[in-house]
Amino acid sequence: MIAQLFIEQGLNGLQLGVTLFLMAAGLTLVFGIMDVIHLSHGSFYMIGAYLTATLGARFDSYLLGLALAIPLVALIGMVVEWIAIRRLYERDHLDQVLATFGLIMFFNEAIGMIWGAQPIFLSPPESLAGTVELVPGLFYPQFRLAILGTGLTVAAGLGLMIRHTRLGMRLRAGASDRAMAGALGVNIDGLFTMVFGLGAGLAALAGGMAGTVLSVQVGMGESILILTFVVVVIGGIGSIKGALVGAILVGLVDTLARTMLPVALRATMAASQADSVAASLSSTSVYVLMILVLAWRPKGLYGART
Amino acid sequence: MAHAPDFRRWLALALLLILAVAVPPVLAALGQGFYIGFAARVLIMALAALSLDLVMGLGGMISFGHAAFLGLGAYVVGIGSWHVFDGAPLPFGLAGSENALIVWPLAMLVAGLAALGIGAISLRTTGVHFIMITLAFAQMLFFLAGGLKTYGGDDGITLYNRSQLAGLKLSDPTTFYYLCLGLLVTVLAVLLRLSSSRFGMVLRGVRDNERRMRALGFPTYRYKLAAFVLSGMICGLAGALLANASEFASPAIMSWQRSGELLVMVVLGGMGSLIGPVLGAVALMVLEESLADLTQHWQVILGPLLVLLALSARRGLWGWIKGRDGAP
Repeated sequence: MIAQLFIEQGLNGLQLGVTLFLMAAGLTLVFGIMDVIHLSHGSFYMIGAYLTATLGARFDSYLLGLALAIPLVALIGMVVEWIAIRRLYERDHLDQVLATFGLIMFFNEAIGMIWGAQPIFLSPPESLAGTVELVPGLFYPQFRLAILGTGLTVAAGLGLMIRHTRLGMRLRAGASDRAMAGALGVNIDGLFTMVFGLGAGLAALAGGMAGTVLSVQVGMGESILILTFVVVVIGGIGSIKGALVGAILVGLVDTLARTMLPVALRATMAASQADSVAASLSSTSVYVLMILVLAWRPKGLYGART
Repeated sequence: MAHAPDFRRWLALALLLILAVAVPPVLAALGQGFYIGFAARVLIMALAALSLDLVMGLGGMISFGHAAFLGLGAYVVGIGSWHVFDGAPLPFGLAGSENALIVWPLAMLVAGLAALGIGAISLRTTGVHFIMITLAFAQMLFFLAGGLKTYGGDDGITLYNRSQLAGLKLSDPTTFYYLCLGLLVTVLAVLLRLSSSRFGMVLRGVRDNERRMRALGFPTYRYKLAAFVLSGMICGLAGALLANASEFASPAIMSWQRSGELLVMVVLGGMGSLIGPVLGAVALMVLEESLADLTQHWQVILGPLLVLLALSARRGLWGWIKGRDGAP
């Protein structure tokens, strides 16, 4: 029984982990290559979820909705980069925090104006609505497995892209020395716009998938954004591998703390009290993890050399 | 530094003080007495922004978690009041209290101790990591406060009474306003003095070039930590006042958006000038209030305004009023 709970929650944790990875991959590239603190990354996640829901309902196909939402959000991302973010590269981190804080306000309110304040419903495709019996007695939703698979596939693809393609080579060059890469003829402006669009597209994918598990509402971007920052900082800014390790770690710690702490605390105190104490303690677990990692390695697990 | 801008600076300060003193009678004369409470909240947020400028403007430490200290101060007042009403004893044999002379210093003490712990760990990092780790600590306190079931959980505590201060009637908005103004002016005067003292000079030296200051033999970590703790204490006082102003303390006070707002106030007003953040708080809150009057979707206007602010203003409102002399 405990083993089953452990497997199920472990899978849930992995699934949160891959969602976080999709977010963190874009954010860590933006962070590492452009040296920009981009708070409004969560907005792309939110817009991705809303567009997937609306387009999916319009064409009566979740997958088509998701497939359309990703390039649309990538395009929005590139436009945002072109209008605002581009002017922030030379600024200090404070200006970047302020400007992207303003962008969050704008996107949240704009989405609220278009779709209303009520959460909207996003249902997974019917072909994946069933459950699978993983081990005897443990039924796990197919769609959650599909999220897990998609996330891992994208992670693998991203890793291959960065290591083995020309674009990946440019990305790595830009990350390690922007000025030098530019001097050697890499179109830095174009590269940055593309990275930003890529990050926005990945965030939209994460949002479109997570929207089926959580509810699609204004502000959904911020709750994941802060976890994503924790992932990026734990993994080391600019490192895709760090983002993957950090995301899985944060996903597992968060989910397992939420499941295991109430069980553990119930042994020592009354059930109702244990639940509320556990709820608040488990919400802080990932921050404790981050502080421990930073105390051990101030630049994160796979942090850059500088 | 040049003396002509000095004159301009003192003139501006005097005018601002006169304006601040005149707010309650003018609002009352206009029949807008309701806004006196709002004006007091503006002064309180100005105090919080001022505390942030101490670490950010003078010390170069960008704290994205200052709302935590605001929340801690508010919770001390809230919990003290709750125990007066409920009669249940606090740990360590303490009783609830609504006496401002006990509760407010306690709020500062609690916030200062929290700042000591948070600062001691966070100051081992710099740059982006410092921004993120202060944010992480504030988020932890935010969730912990939400877990205090006895004290209302996510809904927070409603104060039954405002704090009591020797003979003053703090429930009267005008009295409360002048008390806030008095505290703000006192803290501002102390910090202005501090900023030109040896301590302030060292702090600014650390901001500009920490390695050099260390080479000169200054224990920079200790200076930064001292500034961080002092800032936390002032922010805790602001929190205690805020709980009194809204007669309410809840985790929402510690939300990261609140920390962001404090950053905006400091930059809008002019970082490092101490007076600027006060102006920034006034400007931002008045702007929010008037935009909210205009449309329910005011954030769709304020957001792009913030982007423009970040992209353009370098010296903030105070730099613009004071004229150019380069010095903070």
